Amino acid sequence: MTLLSVRNLRVTFDTETGPVEAVRGVSFDLGRERLGIVGESGSGKTMTGRSMLRLIRPPGRIEADAMTFDGTDLMAATETQMRALRGPRMAMVMQDPKYSLNPVMKVGAQLMEGLHQRDRVGRTEAYAKAVAALNAVQIRDPERVMEAYPHELSGGMGQRVMIAMMLIPNPDLLIADEPTSALDVTVQAEVLSILDGLVRDRGMGLIFISHDLRLVARFCDRVLVMYKGRVVEEVAARDLLNARHPYTQGLLNCLPRIGGNRGPLPGLDRTAEWAR
Amino acid sequence: MADTDLNDAAPSRVTRLAKQAGGTVFTLLITFIGLLAVTFFISRVVPTDPVMSILGERATQAQIDETRTALGLDRPMWEQFGIYVWDALHGDLGTSIRTKEPVIDEIARYFPATLELSTIATIIGMLIGVPAGILAATKPGSLFDQIVRLVGLMGYSMPVFWLGLMGLLIFYGQLGWVGGPGRLDAAYDMMMQFEVEPYTGMILVDTLLNGRWDIFQNALSHIILPAALLGYLSMAYISRMTRSFMMNELGQEYITTARVKGMPEGRVIWVHALKNVMVPLITVVALSYSFLLEGAVLTETIFAWPGLGRYITDALLVADMPAVLGGTIVVGAVYIGINMFSDLLYRLVDPRAK
Repeated sequence: MTLLSVRNLRVTFDTETGPVEAVRGVSFDLGRERLGIVGESGSGKTMTGRSMLRLIRPPGRIEADAMTFDGTDLMAATETQMRALRGPRMAMVMQDPKYSLNPVMKVGAQLMEGLHQRDRVGRTEAYAKAVAALNAVQIRDPERVMEAYPHELSGGMGQRVMIAMMLIPNPDLLIADEPTSALDVTVQAEVLSILDGLVRDRGMGLIFISHDLRLVARFCDRVLVMYKGRVVEEVAARDLLNARHPYTQGLLNCLPRIGGNRGPLPGLDRTAEWAR
Repeated sequence: MADTDLNDAAPSRVTRLAKQAGGTVFTLLITFIGLLAVTFFISRVVPTDPVMSILGERATQAQIDETRTALGLDRPMWEQFGIYVWDALHGDLGTSIRTKEPVIDEIARYFPATLELSTIATIIGMLIGVPAGILAATKPGSLFDQIVRLVGLMGYSMPVFWLGLMGLLIFYGQLGWVGGPGRLDAAYDMMMQFEVEPYTGMILVDTLLNGRWDIFQNALSHIILPAALLGYLSMAYISRMTRSFMMNELGQEYITTARVKGMPEGRVIWVHALKNVMVPLITVVALSYSFLLEGAVLTETIFAWPGLGRYITDALLVADMPAVLGGTIVVGAVYIGINMFSDLLYRLVDPRAK
């Protein structure tokens, strides 16, 4: 069953020196599965993710031949319709909890906001649900975290709060945009396994955006490799090591391996014709 | 593992705040004594001899010596400064040469007029400036944004005396919508003096406390034009700053988070962003307020407003140094006080401030 279908998505920024295309014709379908989008900085992976939520602000604009989410035409939807989708149907976890949580609001207030504002849930029930959500991301003293401000949390805790917050309304699709890049390596694994478990249990669709090919391969069913706003290769995660495209191979080879060759790592081969 | 790294200081924010308040009061005292030192030494370097300005030029040497001793000018400098600080801390700012009245009493009469005027002006500036700045920031480049910018620019660039005179000419002279110069009509002025108990020196407050609605209305009609004028200047500044703070916050990632959660745009701006904008805005409003409290000399002159700015200027023109210094000290003290208050407020609004 297809949850999300995207045909020829383009994101253009109108700058003073003319239009800049960040995404240039991306197409894919997504069921209740895990799709990885991989690419280096500026390859358009983040913009692709945010387009699904229609959260590109002017001067950026989104164009697509078709973009549907569970029967809703995302290109034609009104802002009110989009708002009804954001939160309960589609959610997103961003890179750095230091910036993605509101610094002057208590964590509890941010967790319960959706329940209060949208679902009109009462105080006690909202509190219970928020605490349950924090428990689900393995935060041990949720009552204390509810009363804390974001700057009082570590990066790993902050990101778990973020995941908890986005999963409270039980969305069908979660977009995780580099959810572990800002975290320490030891914490990364922890946060990833929490995210993995929750997505699996609830059977939701996941778009996992990262620059780390191996991480994505371990975590997703399918991988899109992006370069300069285009998808250069689409490959099943288990076949990734046999990827044909030289850019994908380049991304794989430029990572060091424990116990591997200690010589200089090969640089990326950026042949101009891939970018067309 | 990460569960242990909540800051332990977190729960006791109120205690911490109280401790800081204590520290701030100490800083305040030191700053105030510094202020006294500056004014004291200024009074020693200006080329006016206090003895001469009291006695005039034809005094005899004996009279001069006698007055010097009476004023304590024959004592060593540090002792004079000690006495000066001691007196100032006890509310004695010397005697005005011009009126022979204690400076502190005169200031107690003049300052409420300025306080009343600048408070209303700041409220006007805030009530219009903050929403205008926010709306302009949400639609940058729109017609509304352009209008706010233009109106603000006019506030910056037009001389205040011209605006004041035009305001009087149109709204008082031609239309008769507002009262003229001064704080009250002459008739009400008498009533104010004999029938109203002056609790605060601020006419609007005192008349309300005394239940004199008629005088209140007359005072309001007098204050509204100068307050609107000063409020306009303060609005120009506040709206510009609000706009730029808001633009900055709207670019932050937590704004995207709020949108991802499906929050309506109104809530994103007026709750999520505004809470963050408040933090730097406190400083801006405090600065604008203390600027007005220093006494808007030109405005007070045009509107014959018996405020602190005019008091100091008048004293300066006749070399009444005790009055000038007293006024300066009060202005400085007010400035310090407002800064301390905005500091405390800042810490209340921003949980990150230590």
